[in-house]
Amino acid sequence: MGNRVFIVGVGATKIDEHWDLSLRDLMTEASRKAIQDAGLSKRDVEAVFVGNMSSGYLQGQEHLGSLLATWLGIPGVAAHKVEAACASGGAAVHSAYLAVKSGVYDCVLAVGAEKLTDATTSDATSALMMAEDQEYVAFAGFSFVALNALVYRTYMKKFGVKQEDIALFAVHDHKYAANNPLAQFPKPVTLDEVLRSPPVADPIRLLESAPLGDGSAALVLCSEEKAKRIGKDILIELAGSGLATDILSLHDRPDLTTLAATVKAKSSAFKQAGIESKDVDLLEVHDAFTVLGVIHLEDLGFARKGEGWKLLKEGQLERDGDLPTNTMGGLKARGHPVGATGVYQVYDLVTQLRGEAGANQVPDAEIGLAQNVGGVGGTVVVNIVRRVR
Amino acid sequence: MRSVPRVWRERVTKYRLIGGACKDCGKTFYPYRRSCPVCGSDNVEPRKLPETGVVETFSIVRSPPTEFVGQAPYVVALVRLDDGTLVPAQITDVEPDEVHEGMRVEAVLRRYREQGEKGIIEYGIKFRPVISNE
Ligand SMILES: [Zn+2]
Repeated sequence: MGNRVFIVGVGATKIDEHWDLSLRDLMTEASRKAIQDAGLSKRDVEAVFVGNMSSGYLQGQEHLGSLLATWLGIPGVAAHKVEAACASGGAAVHSAYLAVKSGVYDCVLAVGAEKLTDATTSDATSALMMAEDQEYVAFAGFSFVALNALVYRTYMKKFGVKQEDIALFAVHDHKYAANNPLAQFPKPVTLDEVLRSPPVADPIRLLESAPLGDGSAALVLCSEEKAKRIGKDILIELAGSGLATDILSLHDRPDLTTLAATVKAKSSAFKQAGIESKDVDLLEVHDAFTVLGVIHLEDLGFARKGEGWKLLKEGQLERDGDLPTNTMGGLKARGHPVGATGVYQVYDLVTQLRGEAGANQVPDAEIGLAQNVGGVGGTVVVNIVRRVR
Repeated sequence: MRSVPRVWRERVTKYRLIGGACKDCGKTFYPYRRSCPVCGSDNVEPRKLPETGVVETFSIVRSPPTEFVGQAPYVVALVRLDDGTLVPAQITDVEPDEVHEGMRVEAVLRRYREQGEKGIIEYGIKFRPVISNE
């Protein structure tokens, strides 16, 4: 089954509108922090995988692997960009995991980075729609929010769920972001504020949508031998990494209210880690829109179809609940720098498993699951981390 | 970004509404391609899709991509054609607030997007309410 893979260092920038920092500044800073956190030298890094979606369109910059290696001062290492829309970060973690698991490399960097505020809102909206079929769906004027709005409307109708019960996800995320120094919006919001915010694409309201922001997060992954040599008190294993795709466009799919790729990626990751749903202590779901957060709880096996919102309403997703979820603010409030999000999710899980989550600390968590979604589920990555005693 | 040939090569599929029908699982889909998106079969044939159907689900775009700035608010929808095929398109010739699920619609050729002042203007199928049946 290959070598075991350990996360020995993590680093991230605050998610923000970083007017003074470029994409390369952000990813260089996150990478340096992760290497320093690992207690390693940059010369230990043998390969770099950079998750990013839109640098070509927004910065006119591709070839991020060589760019980052150069700016880190480690030219010559293996390095390349990994792109899977909003799942680019999770996919970079997946690639880095395979690189160490295979035994080809002992020490690699998984980096996610995105800078959305170099563009106008409408240009960023165009960039995000590149996750969909350009010739037949982007062509028709859909925005990415509108695609998710189709899912939202269909979900409410099919299961008879009210918007106020789904929109609670935004309130949940903001509550935890308030204690996260890296979060883009570290402040609480009320359900009333969410429901009265302006519609972006009906029925989705502004405060139900993840914000546009800039950020970068990085992880250092090592083989077991190298991780043990570093000699940390707490070892965090990347115990499984599943990636699956679904039919790209919603109109081709048999069911709009489930993401088939989540189910497949989850099964693959569970098998690798040797665990089941009931073993998961801590969860990060890709709630780019409130209704998607609810659907993910169902597709990951934590609730029956049409009932994910009940976990939210009953308090099971709180830090002292049965299934602490998005305990550092989730996509809505920690932020969603597209291609970096999948790496931030793992960063947040590691922060919890190390006991460094401050006021958001979940007691005694051992196994965390991060689910990262590209497009409206065209790609889903599920990464599982485990604290090893 | 969008060259003339890139738009031209989609003309038959786009303007004549050419989908595909899977002879193995029965799925019909739009646009035509050589493999069924659901079962993966290559036993697929092109099919002219019907030009009437109903609004299955929809949204009103209020913050549009750059190519559609100035057009908002407008309605995007999945339209269930009379043969069951689902297609993505805009709903036109109606106030956004009047669109509803189940609304009967018919295909019309309309302007979609413009690529800047010097770019080409792209046309395609939109759907408008069928007035005589309402
Ligand atoms: Zn088929």
